[in-house]
Amino acid sequence: MPADSPETITLHATGAVARRQAISRGSRYILLAASLLGVAMLFVLGYITVVDGIGRISIDFLTNYPSRFADQAGLRSSALGTIWVLGTTIVLAIPVAVGTAIWIEEFAPKNALLTFVKLNLANLAGVPSIIYGILGLAVFVRFADLGPSILAGALTLTLMIIPMTVIASQEAIKQVPPSIRQAALAVGATQWQTVWYHVLPSALPGIITGVILSVSRAAGETAALIMIGAFAFIAYDHSLNPGQALQDDFTTIPIQIYNWTIRPQEAFRANAAAAIILLMVAVFALNLTAALIRERFRRTF
Amino acid sequence: MAVLNPDPNASNFRESLRKRPLNRWNEMLIKAALTACAFVSLATTALIIIVLFGETISFFQDVSFSDFFLNSEWQPLQKPVSFGIWELVAGTLNVVFWSLIIAVPIGMATAIYLSEYASPRIRRTLKPILEALAGVPTVVYAFFALTFITQDLLQPGLGKGAVPIFNSFSASVMLAVMILPTIASLSEDAMSNVPRDLREAAYGLGSTRLEVSLRVVVPAALSGIIVSILLGIARVIGETMIVAIAAGSTPNLTLDPFASIQTMTGYMLQVGLGDAARGTVDYRSLFAVGTMLFLMTLVFNIAAQLIVGRYREEYE
Repeated sequence: MPADSPETITLHATGAVARRQAISRGSRYILLAASLLGVAMLFVLGYITVVDGIGRISIDFLTNYPSRFADQAGLRSSALGTIWVLGTTIVLAIPVAVGTAIWIEEFAPKNALLTFVKLNLANLAGVPSIIYGILGLAVFVRFADLGPSILAGALTLTLMIIPMTVIASQEAIKQVPPSIRQAALAVGATQWQTVWYHVLPSALPGIITGVILSVSRAAGETAALIMIGAFAFIAYDHSLNPGQALQDDFTTIPIQIYNWTIRPQEAFRANAAAAIILLMVAVFALNLTAALIRERFRRTF
Repeated sequence: MAVLNPDPNASNFRESLRKRPLNRWNEMLIKAALTACAFVSLATTALIIIVLFGETISFFQDVSFSDFFLNSEWQPLQKPVSFGIWELVAGTLNVVFWSLIIAVPIGMATAIYLSEYASPRIRRTLKPILEALAGVPTVVYAFFALTFITQDLLQPGLGKGAVPIFNSFSASVMLAVMILPTIASLSEDAMSNVPRDLREAAYGLGSTRLEVSLRVVVPAALSGIIVSILLGIARVIGETMIVAIAAGSTPNLTLDPFASIQTMTGYMLQVGLGDAARGTVDYRSLFAVGTMLFLMTLVFNIAAQLIVGRYREEYE
């Protein structure tokens, strides 16, 4: 249209074309409404949890042991159990997972073994957590005779989170451009020096993000730990000496939530909701930290 | 041109040369350690297979194949015992079916909206919120299924007689919420990867936005969409807490959404809560059902991987 045209001409469709356009325009709102359903669900669930549970959150709720009286029951032993199991899992899983990722990306010969290791990891990541639970039950609790201990729980969670941690770490290592490696190798660095001083520092934010997301998944894990026998009544604090504590029976916050949810008395529903608020705050804090690290240290090469 | 200065401290240089064999050793040790790390995942798979199959073989020494595959009753804990797996498989298929009925249309609509309609700003806001749903521990969804969906919505709405306290529908709703991020996010990725040319060609011929979305983008992204649904199915099959808490513990060969049922995972958790002694048939049944569960999830995961491998480079 020429710039000096005196008036704008608008063409209006009629008949079938107009109907098609109207349907398409209307579809925007239907699709938007459908997309907002998921978001709405998140807010509704958050809202009812806070309404149900906020009244129960207090210092006593954090420091009391479990009890058959809802108003005296607390999260003390399950919170301590969660901290011990997660801490041990982190110590066991990170070196193995990051080591595997480094081997796959930097050291492995490009052969059938490598293909198989990668395929195997992808499949392990899809294995249901309850399968890891019965694996832990058969291997760690019964065969290795560790009992339903913190160590057995941590080993089970370690096997469960290694595959996804490896896959996330691999992605981070892949993002480091080959030129960085070539520069280091060209000035005489060995393969490991190249990895340790150049590749890993660049990949670290991505690896940390992956680790945090895996840990938040382990923090919410319930079924696998119930299978190894962590559905237990614990009314003592674990020793601060790891050698002692790792042999203790334990329970965790998600298992405590399960315990309170399946009780018929209404009063325990408030306890479960209050524990959910605390668990969700922890999980979202972990996820937020992961997102912040990813944004803060994002490097484009 | 810069002149390369030899190291002024020559003894240092010689020192470092002498250290090189040590470095070689370190290098080999590190490499061996890294290789050992990689073997942990292979050992995990080997252990899963040995444990599952080993105990399953023992199971079939006590229970006949025909009892497991041809009997229609799953009644392991009270006499007369019978181990017909299909009631548990039916329970699992029941929640898979109803959760997909809910999650697939909503997931597709969300993916189409985010990929084809939403402005970049809305997409950047909506997608992370949606993905936050994937970070919620499933025991939390289980709590909502039992208290919110069943006790606050279904029973007051439909009457306590029509809806038992444990029903597959409440579990299916929360399972749908659980897999919604997987389906919406992966489908949206697939749709965003459809090249612009295809859309422009369709617009050029006078198609509306909805027609472009449904007749061009969705068919072109179909392999990615199918992968997202297969992965969603695998997650529903393997999910334990939601079905164990909300769907009940009554094995039931039905697709009725308002029936009380038991899934394979639900049964496994029930045995896990008790203290089945090693070597008993209860303990072994855990692994027989576990093998069935493992194989079912494996089929869906491998199918997804095959489709990804087959169609990945379609437009490159």
